[in-house]
Formats: sequence, structure tokens, C-alpha cells
Amino acid sequence: MKRKITLTVNGRKQTHEVEPRLLLVHFLRENLHLTGAHVGCETSLCGACTVSLDGKAVKSCTLFAVQCDGRDVVTVEGLQTNGKLHPLQQAFWDEHALQCGYCTPGMLMASKQLLDRNAAPTDGEIRHALEGNLCRCTGYQHIVNAVKAAAGKVGA
Amino acid sequence: MSTTITEPKTFVGKKVRRKEDPRLITGTAAFLDDLKLPNMVHAYTLRSPHAAAAIRSIDVKAALEFPGVVAVFTGVDVKDLGLVPCGVALPGLRLPPHHILAQERVYYVGHPVAVVVATDRYVARDAADRIEVEYEPRRAVADPEKALEPGAPAVHPQWPDNVSFTHHQENGDVAKAFADADVVVKQRIVSQRLVPNPMEPRGVVADYRGADGSLTLYTSTQIPHLLRSLLAPMIGLDEHKVRIIVPDVGGGFGCKLNVYADEALMAFVSMRIGRPVKWVESRRENFVSTIHGRGHVDYYEIAAKRDGTILGLRLKLIQDIGAYHQILTPLIPMLSVLMMPGLYRCKTLSADIVGVFTNCVPTDAYRGAGRPEATHGIERMVDLLAAELGMDPAEIRYKNFIGSSEFPYQTGTGMVYDSGDYARVLDIALKTVNYPALREEQKRARDQGRLMGIGISTYGEVCAAGPSAALPVGGWESSTIRVEPSGKVTVLTGIQPQGQGEQTTFSQIVADELGVDFEDVAIVYGDTSAVQYGIGTFGSRATAVGGTAMYLAIQELKPKIKKFGAMLLDSDDVRFEGGRCWCNKSGKSVSLAEIAGAAYRAIKLPPNTEPGLVATSYWEPSNFTFPFGAHIAVTEIDPETGTVKFLRYVAVDDCGRIINPLIVSGQVHGGVAQGIGQALYEQAVYDDTGQLITGEYMDYTMPRATTVPPIEDLHTETPSPVNPMGVKGVGEAGTIGASPAVVNSVVDALSHLGVRHLDMPMTPERVWNAMQGGRK
Repeated sequence: MKRKITLTVNGRKQTHEVEPRLLLVHFLRENLHLTGAHVGCETSLCGACTVSLDGKAVKSCTLFAVQCDGRDVVTVEGLQTNGKLHPLQQAFWDEHALQCGYCTPGMLMASKQLLDRNAAPTDGEIRHALEGNLCRCTGYQHIVNAVKAAAGKVGA
Repeated sequence: MSTTITEPKTFVGKKVRRKEDPRLITGTAAFLDDLKLPNMVHAYTLRSPHAAAAIRSIDVKAALEFPGVVAVFTGVDVKDLGLVPCGVALPGLRLPPHHILAQERVYYVGHPVAVVVATDRYVARDAADRIEVEYEPRRAVADPEKALEPGAPAVHPQWPDNVSFTHHQENGDVAKAFADADVVVKQRIVSQRLVPNPMEPRGVVADYRGADGSLTLYTSTQIPHLLRSLLAPMIGLDEHKVRIIVPDVGGGFGCKLNVYADEALMAFVSMRIGRPVKWVESRRENFVSTIHGRGHVDYYEIAAKRDGTILGLRLKLIQDIGAYHQILTPLIPMLSVLMMPGLYRCKTLSADIVGVFTNCVPTDAYRGAGRPEATHGIERMVDLLAAELGMDPAEIRYKNFIGSSEFPYQTGTGMVYDSGDYARVLDIALKTVNYPALREEQKRARDQGRLMGIGISTYGEVCAAGPSAALPVGGWESSTIRVEPSGKVTVLTGIQPQGQGEQTTFSQIVADELGVDFEDVAIVYGDTSAVQYGIGTFGSRATAVGGTAMYLAIQELKPKIKKFGAMLLDSDDVRFEGGRCWCNKSGKSVSLAEIAGAAYRAIKLPPNTEPGLVATSYWEPSNFTFPFGAHIAVTEIDPETGTVKFLRYVAVDDCGRIINPLIVSGQVHGGVAQGIGQALYEQAVYDDTGQLITGEYMDYTMPRATTVPPIEDLHTETPSPVNPMGVKGVGEAGTIGASPAVVNSVVDALSHLGVRHLDMPMTPERVWNAMQGGRK
């Protein structure tokens, strides 16, 4: 029943045998012990499980792990380089862009996709890019501030 | 990595970055579902698809035979266990027996019927489909007003009128006030049922060790100690054999301030199978198994003189209870009544509450818990009165505000407002939006056919719960301050944060009081075996009550620090300042680390002094605190679609003395977003058969980054006299202030079309229909 998949997660190539129905988010959390991506709704509407797949932000709760065979996954755990926070992580901290922090990994990954595509987004563009990610704590204002603060520092 | 932007000598009042964040931004925090215990199994709860039904039979054979299944339990297995508790005692309160799994009947969609335990969560869910439950559906009722009608289906057969309790409260000669009034305005106002929706659903890991008869229960809760006290007897264990551990909590908003059937059920499962078991609700399950909030139908009457002076208030409050009482359910509408006069001088009032059973999820505390409903009511009524009298909504508020010199102020509901300056926050809000110019702009907009509205809300809230005598549980809070041998500080608190950032605010308070660095303080909570008994986090109480306990423990410790300092300095004239003990004569000093080293090494002790540097304090507040504020929402309605757009949102809040402005802003923003959610988007909609038809995010509209406007938050600081730091609380303020500001704004935008009132949520459809009605 199980299928063998090989994929790169946070720069490391991994081979695992998984059930075809295993969701990517559960594969990351249970098999790889990467618990940064959270399950918030299981319907791709809250974005707490957002990870990057081949450079594109995806909801890992509505993808099967087997769909990621041969592909490149980056999770929030892979955002730091050499122990240094990604500019978005730094900005989220500086700007108080999180409270309970449950949505934060997804917010960071969705924001990363935005800044990868648009180095200097407007407030409206930031809000549009984060429309698929729910936060119940912050009212979004500080998240928008953080993404704005990080813009321009990415890749610098 | 330093956690401070600069390196200030003091921390209170500064925008200090949070200690919580490094783990949360790197994905290394540990929430409930991140926990894995050796040999752990997974549980899935089968829930009723019917709102009302008799259970004819349950056949679990096929589920038990399913590969990977460890056990299946149903109602008969738990019938002798304790009931889910309601913590509120009221004369004549009807409390239906609330078993942790349904017995002969189910009373709401989501009622737990059976639990499947398996080696894998997917298997548990698959196996649940093999359970055959034969239901005999009965008529259900989901609307509290319909439940009160003669002939309505009885939610609980033993109480055909569906009334759970009634409560009457009055002050002054209400009949005379209404007889003497120049004008009386009446309005039915609905504060609709909401789903709290923390982003982390609830979850439990139970780990029973049979050999020593002890249970460790990991759970996503706001009240670890209270939960332990209430849970232990449910499962037949003694309190000291139960340890509650709370991992990082992904938001609570009141819905994790409870004792849930699931918590006892998982404890029971682990005790029966002798293995650790994990249960985490799905989002869909959260919608039908975690408490809902609000659920009011309010009939208001306000009596006034022609000059706008409010003479009297009447309220008939219908509270939708749901099928059962949870821990604080009956208390929530009482809180509404306590705050019904808002910030106004009117003391003549009467209120009647009727708590009504429906075939729905139980209601209980959701951010604001009774105060948003009260504020919405009074703030709508004041606007309706202003419209009736042709007065400006700001003017009528100024006319009736309790004056800044009148504190402490006893209200007609028995509250004593501690301090305030209500006119000042409204002044600032009006000035910030340039109110006269804004009204001019509105006129011009109307001339151009645009629908622009300005909505004011001035709110007060009761928080920092509070005096123990006024609450169903203790209202005090505890703290232990432990200066370690190295001089670093460990603080134990009974407070249980869910994202509010108390590791940071508490560290600020402790650092300043002991004169140590912010980084030298560790805040410990969420483990009943590590922390002395505490009450927990709810009602915006953490800083005002928990922070005060901490402050007082430090004051208690200071004389001992000075005794050791005096001994080391060989002086009888010392002071403790900036983290050091100073000899006032020689100017020599010793550090807290040196003092702590001496206190633990204990080779020599000051006279009548024990070794160690530890103090514990329990703070019992003499009163609640009463934050307040003024919010202004400026909106524009799309005349084609009825969609509400924000032009501006200004919030001026006074939460007493501010410890961390960054955190206070975050609390206000998030609170306002939830208030906007209620005003415009959210509603738990039940159909006539008791099906929750907004039971997931496809249908239940949550506020998103594109629908919450930028929030301009301003602050005044009126210290509370209730506690030595002068703090009040800010967790619920935004939610309380926001919904009436938004509704008042939209009604204002449409008032010239004859629209007088709108109920929430003001969906485009509802707004558009109101516009058509007005145009006829």
C-alpha cells in the first residue's frame, strides 16, 4: 500500500515510505517532526499550514505527501540561514506581528512568497497576498507593518 | 539575540519585544498537537449528526474489529463518571445532567456519542465510520425566541418551557422614570451567536500511570488549576494525583476557559487502556464541540428628557443557553446586566434575564463575555435616542457621561467604577477624525449620492476579575518570586497566557521592581505541579491581578534582600536600588547575585532569617477595574451591493497604566478585528432543524487581512486605584468598543433613507435590503 517518495525538505533530501492518503502537513509534522506548519482548518482556508513547494506557497493540509515526490519543500524551520533569522522573522518579532503564534509560520511563508515576487509591496498588496491566511489575534495591522519593514531587506 | 530594542534601565512603559516570539517565529514552539509521548494512541470522537434524537442502539463491533483500533467507548462506559460542571450557583437554576458521552438522547449536533481509540489518527477516523448508531430523530428548536413559544419542542423533556433560569434586577423607580419621560425609544437588538475560533483548535493528551495512580493531562486551557480541581472528581482521582500541563496555547478568547467533556473523556480513556492518548479536534469539530459566544436577543427601552438626559433603562434579555450549561454559562448575561448603563449617569433601570435551552452548542464566555452585548445595547440605544431627539450622537454622550470628578461612582447595577475620564477619550477621538469637518464631508458625500457614515461608540468594561466574593471561583491571583543562587529570577504565576505576551509584560514588571535585566527573569506557568495554585487567564485579569501578585511578592522579598545586604556590607543603614544593596554611609554596594549567593550558601545568616530568597503572594483585589474608551468608525456603503467599506477606524482606549505599548496596541487591534467580525461577518447560523449551517470557514466568514481596516489606536492612561501599579486590563476592550461603532456608522450612512437600526452581522444582503426598504 505504501509508496516510496523522495523529496527535498529545507535543503535535505529525504526518502520515506508513506500511505498515498497521507497529507503533506501530517508527513512534515509526524514523519519529519517538523511541527512548525500547523493544522488550523484542514480545508485550505486558514493558511496555518502554508509551506513553500518549488518556491510557491501552498496549503500543506490539502496536498498529499505523494504529490510532492521529487519536489522541493521549504517550511518555516528552513527560513533561517546559518542561525540568522530571515528578515521576515526578524520583522515579525520587531513589529509584534504575532500573539499566540499559531498562524505565524503560515503567515511567514505566505509573506515570503509575496516578497519573492514583489520586493516593495504596498499595504494593499500585502493585505491581498495574506488574504488566504487567518489570524484571530492581531487584527493584521502589525503583520502588514512587519511585511513592509522586511521588504527590501530580503536577499540584501 | 537581545530581546530589547535599546538597552533601557527600566522596562515598564516601553515597547519591549516579546520573549515568546523566537520560538513562535522559528516553528519550534510546542502546541498541544506537537506533543508525542511514547506508546501514544489517538482518539476520534463520533458526534451526533442530529440536533435532537433518541439513541436506539449503538453497535461498535465493526469498529472494534477494524485493524489498528485499540478501544471504543460509548455512553454506558462513562455513565457513572462525574458530570461536566457548571460553576455558577443560581436559585432555581435548571441544570441538565451533562454526561461526557451521550446517554439515551442527543441534544445538539456535535453531541459526543462514542470515542474510538486507535494507533493512528487516520485509522481512528476510519473506524468511527464503522460504528452504527440508530437514532430516532425528534423535533428540535434552535432559536431561543421560538423555544419560548407555547408548543415549542422541549429541549430537555423534563422542562417543557425550555427555561433554564430567570433573573430580575432593578434600581430606582423605573415606572416613574418612564412616566416622566418626554421620549421613550424601544428597540429589539440581537447580539448573534458567534464561534470563538482560536486558530489552534482544542486538544488533549492524557497520560495515566496506573502504578502510582497519577494522571498527567496536557490540554489547551486558560485555567490549569481550576481544571484540575474540577476534573479530578469527575474521573474519580484525588486532586493531588492529577497534574495539568499546558503547552503553548494558540489563542483562547474565553473558549478555553472551561472544563470540557473531552478532557475528562481522554483521562478516562487513558485510565482504561493504560496508554497515553491524544485527541485534537478538527476545525469542523471545533464549530460543534467548543462553546459558542453571545446569543442574545435584547428588548431595550430607554426613557429620556427632551434635552437628552437619560432617565431610565429597561431590558428584557433572552440568553440562548444551548443544550447545556458549561462552566460560566449563566454568568455571562449577568455580566451584561451589570454593564447595561455603560458610561452614563442613569441609575434607574430594570433588567430581566431569561436563559433558554436550545438544541445548539452551549454558549459561554467569548472575548468580552456579556460586556460586548451590553455595550452594543446601550450604544445603539443612545444613538437611537439621539436620532429621535435630533441630537448629535457625540452631544448626547457628553450630556450623560459620568463626570471625571464623580469617581468612585456607584452604578444602578451595583458596580463601583474605579476611575475614568470619559469626555477626554471622546474629545481625542473626535479631534483625531476632525469631527466637524467629517460631518461636512458626509453632507457633501450625500449630495453626490454617496453613502458615508460616522459611528461613535463610547464603552466601559468591567475587568481584572476580581473580588472573590463577586465571582463563582476565586478572583485572586498568586505569584512566587524566586531569586536563584546566581541572582537570576524565576517567577511562578497562576496566570495562563494564550498569546497575550505575559512572559514579556511580567518580566518588565519584575525587572523594574528588582532592578535586574529583563533577560534575567524567567516566567513559569502552565504546570500545576510546578506552580502554586492560581486562577488563570480570563476577563482581562492577567496584569491587573496576576501582575499585582508578582509586584507584592517582590515587596515582600525586599526586606529579606536588605537584611542579607546589610549583613554583607556590615551596615545597619542600607537601601535596595537598581538591583544592588547600598550602604548609605560608605556608598559601598553588593549585587543581588552576591546577596542571593550568601542567602543560599547560608554560612552566616542575618538574625531571625531563613536561608533562600523566595516569596509568595496572593493578591485579592478589592474591586474590579473599569477601562473605557471611544471608538469612531467611518464607513462607506456601496449603493449597488450593500458592501461596507471602512474609510477610517480610530480607537482611543484607556486601560490604566500601560506596561508595554506594543502589546497594548496588538490587543486593541485584535479586539477591534473581532468586533468588526461580529458587526459585519460572523454568525453561527442554525436552521430550524438545529443544523449548524455555518459550520466551517467556507460558510462562517472570518475577518481577513483584506476586510479589517488599518486601526489607528490612541491611548490615555487613567490609573486604577484598585491596585498599586494602577493597571486595568486591555484584552477585551477592542471587541467591546468595536461592534456598536461599526453598526452606528452603517446606520448613520443610511439614516437619510429611513434606516433606523440594523442587526448584526450587517452582511451586504442585509444592508442592501435595508436600503431598499428605506427607499420605498
